[in-house]
Amino acid sequence: MAEETTSTDEETPEEPPRDDRREEILGQVVEAMGDAVVGSHIDPGRDLWVRVATGAWGEAAEVMRNRMGCRYFGYLSAIDWMPSPYGRSMDSEVDNALGTGQSADQEEAPAGIVQGVAGGESRFQMLARVATIGTPGDHWGITLKADVADDDMRMPTWTGVYAGADWHERECWEMFGIEFIGHPGLRHIYLPGDFEGNPLRKDYPLVARMVKPWPGIVDVETLPETDQDSAGAPDDEGAES
Amino acid sequence: MTAVTDRQKLSYIASQAADARVNVELETEGMTLNIGPQHPATHGTLRIVAQLDGEQVIRAEPVAGYMHRGYEKLAEVRTYPQVTTLLNRIDWLGSFANEVPFILAAEHLMEVEAPPRATWIRTILHEMSRVAHMILFLGDMGVQLGAVTPVFFAFRDREYVLDQIEAATGGRFHPNFDRIGGLKDDLPKGWIESTKVALAKVLSFCDEMEDLLLGSEIFQARTRGIGVIPPDVAMQYGLSGANARGSGIDWDIRRDNCIGLAYPELDWKVWTHPDGDSFARFWVRLQETREAVKMIEQLCDGLPSGPVMAKVPRIIKVPAGEAYVATENPLGEMGYYVVSQGDLTPFRVKIRSASFNNVSITPWIMRGVYVPDIVTILGSLYFILGDIDR
Repeated sequence: MAEETTSTDEETPEEPPRDDRREEILGQVVEAMGDAVVGSHIDPGRDLWVRVATGAWGEAAEVMRNRMGCRYFGYLSAIDWMPSPYGRSMDSEVDNALGTGQSADQEEAPAGIVQGVAGGESRFQMLARVATIGTPGDHWGITLKADVADDDMRMPTWTGVYAGADWHERECWEMFGIEFIGHPGLRHIYLPGDFEGNPLRKDYPLVARMVKPWPGIVDVETLPETDQDSAGAPDDEGAES
Repeated sequence: MTAVTDRQKLSYIASQAADARVNVELETEGMTLNIGPQHPATHGTLRIVAQLDGEQVIRAEPVAGYMHRGYEKLAEVRTYPQVTTLLNRIDWLGSFANEVPFILAAEHLMEVEAPPRATWIRTILHEMSRVAHMILFLGDMGVQLGAVTPVFFAFRDREYVLDQIEAATGGRFHPNFDRIGGLKDDLPKGWIESTKVALAKVLSFCDEMEDLLLGSEIFQARTRGIGVIPPDVAMQYGLSGANARGSGIDWDIRRDNCIGLAYPELDWKVWTHPDGDSFARFWVRLQETREAVKMIEQLCDGLPSGPVMAKVPRIIKVPAGEAYVATENPLGEMGYYVVSQGDLTPFRVKIRSASFNNVSITPWIMRGVYVPDIVTILGSLYFILGDIDR
């Protein structure tokens, strides 16, 4: 793992570390997909991100499998980049004592959408990872991203290329409300059939937190007996002193 | 000459139907068989709806979600150290192995590196949880085929391993021992010696299973050629771990893509089996258990000295960035895609659990098998429901 040590000094300006293997892979992807590659990012020795145009999502799977040799399907999901309108619900006594909580008066307004690596323009973004399983030592994975148009939340399915995308797309549809065109059976996988809403969207509240804030480290209510004990305690102390 | 009356029409249809009846009677009626949600053959609460034609399965559809607890959503409101308590509960049999990749992802984003001793102890405990996990599998596989003795042996011998995990971490199933930057504590005194005793017990358990199950004619007849997964299909579905290696895919994250653990410094072997059937998956796991024992012995002998915790701030804020880190947990590729926006909590955590992919192949693999094979295949795929449902 000689590569790995180079990744720590990523930000030294004089000699930015290079990852020739991943540069080369990125070059091949760009060659295969042309203008459809709209963003990319390399974490030297670790990972490679490629963002493709919304319309090229289906094609990207085929290129990855047939031309890049990524026969291994890792996962498929999505990210909702909108900041949660409910904040982080970190307002317990402990959080405030540590100065890390957001009490109601100092709650900062959501700063707007901040996209992650490889850029992005929309609220929802597809996220998928495929990998090669080649000779030992030449194993690499690639994370693919694509924007999901805000007004048309439909993406082509990957099930025709990677059969394993079936369950992942069902989960993604259920959790984010992104529809997959051509999916053989877009049914609920985790939630009951009549469930409404998409729980992993940021604007879907985590109701348990709204009812009672997370207690933090220790926030145990005292038992009735201990209440009596503690009530009697000052008297005892007073008698002794 | 005369027009055909309704009566004639009806009798003609009836005669045709009678002919059809002859054919129909040779076939069996379709039937839907519900396995689960609480069948002993499902490692948790999974339900399988199988449509049968006689003894043959036409279609089998797993129904998951009975244990969905929404960890990906919960992770968005908990601080990084708090998230590990959730991760413990994803796969309760090998919970320590689930903490590691998340911590490694956070460490990578913070550009913190754990000291070598912490890395080695992590690797030891990672392999210990694999051994505990695999012991249960090896015994449990017998139960799926009607042999009850092995699972009692398994529960007996797993205790030795769990005792060691408990002695080091304080928890049998939910260690919560990993910290960003290292470990909560060092190993207790005398731990390495008592571990070696436990490892000897594990090896003798493996021999017992080899005698009891692997050599048994019934076991071979029930598992050989049952539930064959060709390597290409396995990769399309993203099968990992022993399920992939049982299909002849020579790939192991510990060897090929190891991040932040001590595996590259050890002398060990990746076992594969070309057959891809239930027997192959059992065989690979049996060999891996022995291999893990070998690794723990090497790790215990070469354990470096030094601190187990790097210098990290008291309040952990992870700089903005994204990282995907996967390790080979007992079930396969366990990875976390962590998105941070420089906050106390992760912005988004995608949990890529091994069982989710491993079980998604069931509708494909169950087509055309016989009813008793359903249980064999489920047993040999080996999943944990918490790992599917998260």
